[in-house]
Amino acid sequence: MGKRILILGGGTGGTIVANLLARGLRTEMRRGDVTVNMLSASDKHVYQPAFLYVAFGRMQDDEFIRDQKSLLDPLINFYVDPAVKINTDKQSVLAKSGKEYPYDYLVIATGSRIVPEEIPGLKEGAHWFYDLEGAKKLRTALKAFQGGRIVMAVGIPHKCPVAPLEMTFMLDDLFSQNGLKNKYEIYYTYPIGRVHAMEPVAHWAVKAFEQRGIKYETFFNMKKIDPVKKQIHSEEGSIVDYDLLIAVPPHKGQPVIEDSNLGTSGWIPTNKKNLKMDGQENVFVVGDTTNIPISKAGSTAHFEADTVAESLICQIKEGCPGRDYDGKVFCFVETGLEKGTYVWFNYNTPPNPGEPSQMIHWFKLAYNRLYWLSARGIL
Amino acid sequence: MLDLKVSKTVDARGAFCPGPLMELIGSMKTEPVGSVIEILSSDHGSAKDIPEWIGKVGHEYIGTEQKEGYWSIVVKKAK
Repeated sequence: MGKRILILGGGTGGTIVANLLARGLRTEMRRGDVTVNMLSASDKHVYQPAFLYVAFGRMQDDEFIRDQKSLLDPLINFYVDPAVKINTDKQSVLAKSGKEYPYDYLVIATGSRIVPEEIPGLKEGAHWFYDLEGAKKLRTALKAFQGGRIVMAVGIPHKCPVAPLEMTFMLDDLFSQNGLKNKYEIYYTYPIGRVHAMEPVAHWAVKAFEQRGIKYETFFNMKKIDPVKKQIHSEEGSIVDYDLLIAVPPHKGQPVIEDSNLGTSGWIPTNKKNLKMDGQENVFVVGDTTNIPISKAGSTAHFEADTVAESLICQIKEGCPGRDYDGKVFCFVETGLEKGTYVWFNYNTPPNPGEPSQMIHWFKLAYNRLYWLSARGIL
Repeated sequence: MLDLKVSKTVDARGAFCPGPLMELIGSMKTEPVGSVIEILSSDHGSAKDIPEWIGKVGHEYIGTEQKEGYWSIVVKKAK
């Protein structure tokens, strides 16, 4: 019997791994020596960075949602049948349909989800742009906004760590250009002692806040929201009033991870270099699902997927151990509606954002359309 | 500090984003009250930020040890 590779999750990480395997192991897959199966919760593939643009009415569904099967190499077996129990002892995954999927190698790329219910009052009192429904509701709220205080508040943990800054700068551009100048105030809060996790980004962002007149408060972790009084209470003891609250809800991994006792809050203990689940030689973890202390972002999933696919190909073809992930992350940062910059870093190189430019903003808009090449394992 | 039994160690060395304090705040949510958490950080700002945040929210700061190229910061979840 040939080697069976099972991929859980049809998001960025899982899709790139699958397509790279199909290219690197094409001969073996055609001979039946290797089988690649993918299980996903949906037959659609959603490019999630689009949600930021949806909130501003700048992207439509058909630009960022595609049929998952259309993105996968025909040699990959795709099933809309999400995993409900992972049994590493039996090397088998039980799916929602009741079917068992045995594996020789497992790639877990089930991603993360928002859990606004973890903060009392957040669901009732806040808007967000971290899922499609939330982004569309926010789009309506921004269109109806007539002035007042907008608060941007950030929960922990969360993915796409630059998105709160992007939203803040884009809001300021929107309202300063649409006739609301002097009728609104933006108040930005952040959980740690500076305005962004990355120190060089925080230094740059504080200057931009001061130039734009954006107020901010650090060491602010949401404890509860009072949607009637329109107040946010922080763990640190302060209370902030709002007219429109845009929050980044806290995140968790998918329930299947905790249900299978693989990791607290749905994050799997993972070796930061070879991306293997701790204690498991044949289980790889990709993207948001790892507990590695780096950004949860599509970019991280992308570079991790490259590493895992190359390691699997090397192992199956030649029995070699494969290569290590160096912690590489690359993120575009929109600095308003017309300009952008980017950061990249790895385990040894700190981020260093450059001067924002219109060209990088355009490059980001172009990448929003080029993403489908990344998902196919081409770019 | 060395006599305390550490319940969980978070190795955030080389973590530029989200960084050691964010990792600690996330861990504080999931660990039971009374847990002693050690965070390893190569970010010089964390040695100052972590005790400051711990003081603000009312947890217990145990101490910081500077080691070769990184800091070991130990705290206790108090509530």
